[in-house]
Amino acid sequence: MDNITQKLMQKSESTKKDSLGRAVSLAALSLIVIVVVSIFAFVMSRGLSTFFHDGVHVKDFLFGSTWNPSVVNPQTKQPYIGALPMILGSFLVTFLAAIVATPFAIGTSLFMTEIAQKRGTKIMQPVIELLVGIPSVVYGFIGLTVVVPFIRSVFGGSGFGILSGTIVLFVMVLPTITSMTVDTLKSVPRHYRESALAIGATRWQMIYKVVLRAATPGILTAIVFGMARAFGEALAVQMVIGNAALMPHNLTSPASTLTSILTMGIGNTVMGSLQNDVLWTLAMILLVMSLVFNLVVRAIGRRGEMK
Amino acid sequence: MSKSHRGTIVATIVAVSIAAALGTAYATRDKSASGTSITAVGSTALQPFVEAAGEEYAKINLGTFVNVQGGGTGTGLSQVSQGAVDLGNSDVFAEEKEGINANRLVDHQVAVVGIAPLLNKDIGLKDLSTAQLQAIFTGKVTNWQQVGGKNQKIVIINRAAGSGTRATFEKWGLLGKQSIEAQEQDSSGMVRSIVATTPGAISYAAFGYIDDTIVAASVNHVSPLNKNVASGMYPIWSYEHVYTNGKPKPEVAKFLNYLTSKEIQSTLVPKLGYISIHDMRVTRQLNGNIIKK
Repeated sequence: MDNITQKLMQKSESTKKDSLGRAVSLAALSLIVIVVVSIFAFVMSRGLSTFFHDGVHVKDFLFGSTWNPSVVNPQTKQPYIGALPMILGSFLVTFLAAIVATPFAIGTSLFMTEIAQKRGTKIMQPVIELLVGIPSVVYGFIGLTVVVPFIRSVFGGSGFGILSGTIVLFVMVLPTITSMTVDTLKSVPRHYRESALAIGATRWQMIYKVVLRAATPGILTAIVFGMARAFGEALAVQMVIGNAALMPHNLTSPASTLTSILTMGIGNTVMGSLQNDVLWTLAMILLVMSLVFNLVVRAIGRRGEMK
Repeated sequence: MSKSHRGTIVATIVAVSIAAALGTAYATRDKSASGTSITAVGSTALQPFVEAAGEEYAKINLGTFVNVQGGGTGTGLSQVSQGAVDLGNSDVFAEEKEGINANRLVDHQVAVVGIAPLLNKDIGLKDLSTAQLQAIFTGKVTNWQQVGGKNQKIVIINRAAGSGTRATFEKWGLLGKQSIEAQEQDSSGMVRSIVATTPGAISYAAFGYIDDTIVAASVNHVSPLNKNVASGMYPIWSYEHVYTNGKPKPEVAKFLNYLTSKEIQSTLVPKLGYISIHDMRVTRQLNGNIIKK
């Protein structure tokens, strides 16, 4: 009897393990949260000091089109810190790459899930996984030695520019969008397909009227993830875009992205100087954009379900 | 295998790997307490030299470690002026870099580097005057025909703003004028390969990067050769600086002496494409005055 009372009074082995597990996961979570919060705080404090400490107007920064932070404009007594060329460059390569990649990604994943399931998964799955794993410097190097000379011989100019960047990013985001689309298509319930076929739909009608409609939110999420990857990609784009902080006049003139200017400049500036602060502001824009992409994904997830 | 068994194995593996990691970290820890460690940070152009000299130095001075990192001129100067590192490597005078308080920094010039205009081979030009360089890089001239070459568009390729090579080229090649916004690349090797493959391209790089894939043009009829820099005839060159914060500590001073010693200056310096400071028959001051030695 005593034994039982004791057992009931004490924490059992499993309860102890339970609380240990809880503590470990809580510790892991709080570490991650601390890291994220401190990165945000650091980038924000650095990035915002351009506006508060160096007295740059937000409007001049976001909509100015001349970027040369080490030179002071004699008229306004302000350095040239117009970041519009880079912002525009980043958005252009991102959207163009996503627009070009999406049809290919949807086509590939439909083939893999609906048309030739066996062959698709056997051959395409490893190929796509391989593409995801290729380091970006390899993509950039191939872009530099293959894509840039090709663009140069077809369109003239130097070959560096938005178009080369788009082509490289297209190959880079394709596997991301494809593999996520495949997952979405696979999660469309089987009875949707069966019902469509049962009422006499052809396979193609079933695909575009039912499967694709049901998978739309998932596909949109996949595209946004691909865009987030493209937006943050630095190395590969930097190698092929030309890194000229100029407004892009056409798709083959040298341009730049936020990331390319950031990686080029950060070692050549002095911490705490305006030239350094404006680079942190570019980093802040990148961070805010990745937050926006995240929110978009959530919004799609919440609103887009088929009713 | 029972579940609890598996848990034990996982825990053991984790514990062993953590212990191994800590052990390795301990075994390879920074032995600065027992020996001396000199840290140098900064210019990537100077990095290979200081690194190679540091290795040699550590061989003859056992117990001393020279730890060399890149990061760029700006990083080097700001770190050394904050006292975070012993040596700050720079391609430019600290006074020329914005945001640096140069008062407390002591300049040690360890080498000279000459910078040549690089041209694509098909342009057909082998000589440019500084006035022509200025016209090309400020955008006044946009076709090679206007400076005596083929009818071809000029493609300017710059190094990143703030790079030492670019600063030197603008100061001495463009006579202080800034280049217009154009393509930028963040390394000289990249610049060379782009100039070699892009029709009508012009850029600039240190003499060490000259090879037969590109044309290194002479400036004002003076060829980009070490001896012409040494005599003061060739205009585009700069000192490679190593800065210390105040008077260097004895062990750091010893290393700096080693860098400028006859031995290093006559072997390592030419091997890595720099020009020895002992060969220079002129000196150039911060304000640009050139004095014959």
